[in-house]
Amino acid sequence: MAKIKLAKDKIEKLIDICKSFNNEGSELINVLHQAQHNFGYLPAEVQEVVARELDVSVAHVYGVVTFYSFFTMVPMGEFPISVCMGTACYVRGAEKVLEELKKHLKVPIGETTEDGKFSISCLRCVGACGLAPVVTIGERTYGRVAAGDVADILKEYQN
Amino acid sequence: MEKYKMHILICGGTGCRASASELIQSNLENALKAKGLEDEVQVVTTGCFGFCEKGPIVKILPDNTFYVEVKPEDVDEIIEEHIIKGRQVMRLLYTDPDKKETVSDSKHMDFYKKQIRIALRNCGFINPENIDEYIARDGYSALGKCFEMTQQAVIDIVKASGLRGRGGGGFPTGLKWEFASKNDADQKYVVCNADEGDPGAFMDRSILEGDPHSVLEAMAICAYTMGADIGVIYIRAEYPLAIERLKVAIKQAREYGLLGKDILGSGFNFDVEMRYGAGAFVCGEETALIHSMEGLRGEPTVKPPFPAESGYNGKPTNVNNVETFANIPVIINKGAEWFSSIGTEKSKGTKVFALAGKINNVGLIEVPMGTTLREVIYEIGGGIKDGKKFKAVQTGGPSGGCLTEKHLDTPIDFDNLLAAGSMMGSGGMIVMDEDNCMVSMAKFYLEFTVEESCGKCTPCRVGNKRLHEMLDKITEGKGTLQDLDLLRNLSGVIKDTSLCGLGQTSPNPVLSTLDNFYDEYLAHVVDHKCPSGQCKALMQYIIDPELCVGCTLCARNCPVDCIAGERKEAHIIDVEKCIKCGACMDKCKFNAISIQ
Repeated sequence: MAKIKLAKDKIEKLIDICKSFNNEGSELINVLHQAQHNFGYLPAEVQEVVARELDVSVAHVYGVVTFYSFFTMVPMGEFPISVCMGTACYVRGAEKVLEELKKHLKVPIGETTEDGKFSISCLRCVGACGLAPVVTIGERTYGRVAAGDVADILKEYQN
Repeated sequence: MEKYKMHILICGGTGCRASASELIQSNLENALKAKGLEDEVQVVTTGCFGFCEKGPIVKILPDNTFYVEVKPEDVDEIIEEHIIKGRQVMRLLYTDPDKKETVSDSKHMDFYKKQIRIALRNCGFINPENIDEYIARDGYSALGKCFEMTQQAVIDIVKASGLRGRGGGGFPTGLKWEFASKNDADQKYVVCNADEGDPGAFMDRSILEGDPHSVLEAMAICAYTMGADIGVIYIRAEYPLAIERLKVAIKQAREYGLLGKDILGSGFNFDVEMRYGAGAFVCGEETALIHSMEGLRGEPTVKPPFPAESGYNGKPTNVNNVETFANIPVIINKGAEWFSSIGTEKSKGTKVFALAGKINNVGLIEVPMGTTLREVIYEIGGGIKDGKKFKAVQTGGPSGGCLTEKHLDTPIDFDNLLAAGSMMGSGGMIVMDEDNCMVSMAKFYLEFTVEESCGKCTPCRVGNKRLHEMLDKITEGKGTLQDLDLLRNLSGVIKDTSLCGLGQTSPNPVLSTLDNFYDEYLAHVVDHKCPSGQCKALMQYIIDPELCVGCTLCARNCPVDCIAGERKEAHIIDVEKCIKCGACMDKCKFNAISIQ
């Protein structure tokens, strides 16, 4: 196994997380949820530690990480922006909002702006269809967003 | 509850929370305290009322006043006028859009009139974080009743009720339970499928947020019939509020001895744990879900063996959907005969639908099976937004199809929807108007399927990708008539040869739009036009020479200089050079520019 370059305290944190699930391979998804919650994303090194601790192959861990859209291998922005692309939001113009966001931030979907401030992603239905189209930034939910509102919303986070 | 003279119920569902319902709640509590009324009036956070379009919703008991679109700053007026002086705040009441009259009691609102709430019985009535309120509404009495019956007697009730799985397939629930009960094993499992992945459907989330105990009670009943002692709820990680409420509910049920060892002195043991999904639509399929629970990639496997024989950890497992479970305690309490008297011949009871899209009353509704689409869309849903024309309603999510005007009077049930080329699915109902392009809609769903296909079987992995490419070509105006035939052929192959329900139904949006909106496909392919003006590549901006005064504003704002014309003369757009950014149309003060 390749040498792991993570900082020591981070490795220990990961080992603790694995231990809290009894180092059971069947708990892999729960472990990854916890790990992503702590580290913000799941780089290769994190996956290697998890594989070692749960006694499964790195390929298995990588397979699971890449299978589920919730897990990410790249760091998110300080303010992660998610545009709901569920059907209800789509028919009410979510696509236009997404285009506008991409235009403003000049990054494609799934990437983070150079200053690390924003990242854009799409998600499928947060279940607030009454407020369609919906955009979430961090924990905050914006409802009935029109393309014209995008600049103002971003301004709240600019400073 | 008797202690208080009045109750203020406030919706704590995800939709209303996003509109500051938490702040309204704390403002209410503070305002009551300031007036010294905190011992007389109780503020209760409930689950979803269903009328999400008009959220946040505040309801006052005992007089049943239903306030809509309440803002945090309205709180003082509600307290001052309603609570203290006993006068309704007229401006916060719902106004019937047809009669232009205010309606203060939800019972008399068109949105609620035709509904029968079984699965949603407690949503918007009780505080989901207080088990006593659930118990006060007959909660856990069905479980107690079951302990006095044999396992088979309980299964027989569920069978006789005619309840069919609400997650999409519509398989008879009682039969499923019977299979699982007949397989002997040292360990069995009950699983609740709360991986609601169908975009635009949010009934499972609302039930879990508004009435989590109903699901726990039903899982315990199911476990009793099949002899399982462990239950697992597999829930989407995207539903933090539902997860939180479930955790609270499980804890309270354990404290009351309604989960754990020797429940109600029956000698029956049962406990529930939770597993989290990680964003994979295919995990709604039961074999894929079980693999995901085991920490694996959520890929489906061939049935048989069915989970009832070999499921979670290779043991007999029964998987039911949230809404299915939520029906169970009522069926046990009120009897199979009562339940089967509601609905149609082959689809009994009610169904929850998430009404969304271009409809006036977005929200969650529960209607008897057999209600027509027209009743749902026009009476309950209040018709199409902004007075536009109804075009289609999409049911069944990415596995369903689009139904049109001609289907409006079809009674909704499992079989009728299938016959019409769609399906019940989990109950998402997305309404589309004249501005929605049906080819783009089909493309949207295929994009979803391509992303969510697990990649295990070729027809689904490759076939859907090809379908998507063809649809993309058509929306770009590069499609041919041959493509339309090919779409249909390939769809048939994918349906026939895919491994699981995802692939077997993924071409449905394509097929149903081809059947019902063939003209629209033809317009894209033959005339290179998008009749709804949604496909950008097929749009043309043109200037009406009658309306253009030659002010040159558009030409000065065009980023690619494709507008020509002398001052005070009509301008012309060079369609070859135009990038369709729409800047000219935004700037024109004379409405001379339109899209064709």
